Amino acid sequence: MSRPAPRKPEYHKINKDLFVLTYGALVAQLCKDYEKDEDVNAYLDKMGYGIGTRLVEDFLARSCVGRCHSYSEITDIIAQVAFKMYLGITPSVTCNNSSRNEFSLILDKNPLVEFVEELPAGRSSLCYCNLLCGIIRGALEMVHLAADVTFLQDRLKGDSVTEIGITFLKKLDEKKYRRKK
Amino acid sequence: MAIFSVYVVNKAGGLIYQLDSYAPRAEAEKTFSYPLDLLLKLHDERVLVAFGQRDGIRVGHAVLAINGKDVNGKYTADGKEGSSGIEMLETDTFKLHCFQTLTGIKFVVLADPRQAGIDSLLRKIYEIYSDFALKNPFYSLEMPIRCELFDQNLKLALEVAEKAGTFGPGS
Repeated sequence: MSRPAPRKPEYHKINKDLFVLTYGALVAQLCKDYEKDEDVNAYLDKMGYGIGTRLVEDFLARSCVGRCHSYSEITDIIAQVAFKMYLGITPSVTCNNSSRNEFSLILDKNPLVEFVEELPAGRSSLCYCNLLCGIIRGALEMVHLAADVTFLQDRLKGDSVTEIGITFLKKLDEKKYRRKK
Repeated sequence: MAIFSVYVVNKAGGLIYQLDSYAPRAEAEKTFSYPLDLLLKLHDERVLVAFGQRDGIRVGHAVLAINGKDVNGKYTADGKEGSSGIEMLETDTFKLHCFQTLTGIKFVVLADPRQAGIDSLLRKIYEIYSDFALKNPFYSLEMPIRCELFDQNLKLALEVAEKAGTFGPGS
């Protein structure tokens, strides 16, 4: 009896421009709604968190990655499998401080900022892609890992590269979800 | 139907989705603690059901195998007294398969012992869950699943699995 072929993920092709424009419209509207950059960043992070908690199941269902055994393995999978699957890019991974569990993803290309030249005047501390930080944070929390995810460097702010820093904090107690017997 | 039931259990152990092919769906919502609400007791060197009844397991039924490993009295074949979670429970009237995701969601399928392909069915149910339940913006995580599209696609997947699986080798 032949085994059924492994199910290849179905990618429905849509125009990337629509996605990039939608994201841009979202950030622009948040800038109108909130005066302070910190508020806009916080909101983007919060929205990203909601997306991340859901996206992680889709990622785990389609990519069939197994349980990871180290933080560097997790960061590698985020960069090489997850980013590739959802944004079509593969950031490189560096370890900043292995004793404190700090890693960085260096983004060479970022489709979300393809049409953005620079941040508007008065919005110098806006993290345009903060949604991505929220997504990573939400996804890691669903697999019981608390992490701090922020932009360490941003090309839009004048830095040479775009760098997302992930600091793994602690393992969340899985048993916390079980009802007390 | 060779697949009797499908259950989805959230992280806290609450039942968030139930599909029974035989019994009509209960009106009341049921909380289902994980592991199963059967009391297993050691008796005469065999693990028997001492209390509790679930879809054909009655008092007196003996556990034949756990996770595919034959149960020899109290111990599984490799000498361990238990493992981190039930993946498969086999009895003479049905086989219970469970798949636990890395996020703590559990998918439980009760099927005919001869039904094959349940492993791939569980993965398919995980994909359907991630598509039609999670991507629905109005569905809150860990809550009971009340999405039409999830129901429809799940039933479709069950039909496909039943047609494909009955004549194949055991999973």
